[in-house]
Amino acid sequence: MTTEILLAGFGGQGILFAGKILAYCGLMDNKELSWLPSYGPEMRGGTCNCSVCISDQPIGSPLVTAPDLLIAMNQPSFDKFAETVKPGGKIFYDSTLIEPETTRTDITLFGIPSQQLADDNELKGGSNIILLGKLLKETEICTLDTMKKAIERVVPPSKAHLIANNFRAIELGMNS
Amino acid sequence: MERNLMKGNEALAEAAIRAGCKCFFGYPITPQTELAAYMAKRMHKAGGVFLQAESEIAAINMVLGAASTGVRAMTSSSSPGISLKSEGISYLAGSDLPAVIINVQRGGPGLGGIQPSQADYFQATKALGHGDFHVLVFAPASVQEMVDFVVKAFDKADQYRMPAMILADGLLGQMMEPVSFPEITPCAHDKSSWAADGHKFKREHHIINSLYLSPDQLQSSVMDRFERYEKIKAEETDAELYLTDDCDILLCAFGATARVVRSAVNDARALGIKAGLFRPRTLWPFPVKEINQAAQSAKKLLSVEMSMGQMIDDIKLAINCSKPVEFFGRTGGVIPTPAEVLAEIKRIGGAE
Repeated sequence: MTTEILLAGFGGQGILFAGKILAYCGLMDNKELSWLPSYGPEMRGGTCNCSVCISDQPIGSPLVTAPDLLIAMNQPSFDKFAETVKPGGKIFYDSTLIEPETTRTDITLFGIPSQQLADDNELKGGSNIILLGKLLKETEICTLDTMKKAIERVVPPSKAHLIANNFRAIELGMNS
Repeated sequence: MERNLMKGNEALAEAAIRAGCKCFFGYPITPQTELAAYMAKRMHKAGGVFLQAESEIAAINMVLGAASTGVRAMTSSSSPGISLKSEGISYLAGSDLPAVIINVQRGGPGLGGIQPSQADYFQATKALGHGDFHVLVFAPASVQEMVDFVVKAFDKADQYRMPAMILADGLLGQMMEPVSFPEITPCAHDKSSWAADGHKFKREHHIINSLYLSPDQLQSSVMDRFERYEKIKAEETDAELYLTDDCDILLCAFGATARVVRSAVNDARALGIKAGLFRPRTLWPFPVKEINQAAQSAKKLLSVEMSMGQMIDDIKLAINCSKPVEFFGRTGGVIPTPAEVLAEIKRIGGAE
């Protein structure tokens, strides 16, 4: 079983970082995984996206074109990728920034005001992790324990003081 | 063994350091730059030299100089930068010097684009510079193979006294995958008979040169080299055969494309289509014996490449055009999807 995840938003919203946490969740659970960033002109200002595959089997193409799970952090990303989500798939989006217009009835939408929640809880730049918390709650991707371990691995030692904030953001997402 | 997550570009760099690379000369270019950045951070701690040259041409000639002294030297670039290095690579070959060159391919020709491509296959395997010569060409398809093949490339380059290339692409360079680093013991090759490492008045000068004004002498030096190439062709080919024993249709792909094709082969099998995959790990020498074994039961072959069709020529030569060989490709930085490849398998008659 392979779970294909696409994360998309503006450069600077922590798309690649959130993707990295998911990738490390796979590593912690001893699974096969891949992480592929967009590295085109988009990362030089504009939209940015990141493909993550987690599987029990070796990963074929690391490029996710039809995700099981989509995290959308801005309107253009939602508009562009909502149509590509597999039937039965799930979209997690920031309802502070996105008007979820789609004709799809075969997917489930989870909108949470992650940007607003981050601001209200003094978690600057934590919107991405709040959405990750929601994804954790609504899927079987991994356990909370695994995700916490992944965060400890991904946050660089120089920023270790931010680990607690990331944990708080995950819990905010899970409870919203 | 501990698994770490690393980008392909970083894994290439770490593997080179562990393989005993002491000199890295480079120049930034997307999608290869993380390799040079990693070297800049780590090389001096490993007791080696990192130098950002003023151009690709300078970098390859620094490799030529370093390799002349017998140390392990490497450069890396992406497609347009490799073209600039081609003169220096020809000089390395003509001087019988070992070195490792990494090409993290992007779309071309010209400045092209910065997305993944395999359109430098011809360049790498046929004409990486002027003159009669070959370089060893390794084609990794995973971050782990990027590690393993760099180690191998250094060893084989030393063993045969010739340049070796890792032909990767932007997809492999940019992606992260679990990777582990085996205990590496670089093969010790005695270079004392040729390395220009200081005679200290105790031996004759060692002269590293690729200039032979006498045609007879040049002919004989080229012929010597081609004798070595025959041995390499016999002993150094390497390929993966996946579900080929009973295949009706044999797909052929290398590098990142092989990952996409493997998914398509699995999907085809699930539909009852007997598809298999031949994946060369060495592109020069091309695994002739292996593809013939893989193609035994096949009625048709399908080469899938991120180019307009380059490896397909080697496939036709290798099987002596004994079976039809079809082509499906994407180019300019477009990555084929498993669904597209599956549709192609069905189209060319893999289906009942």
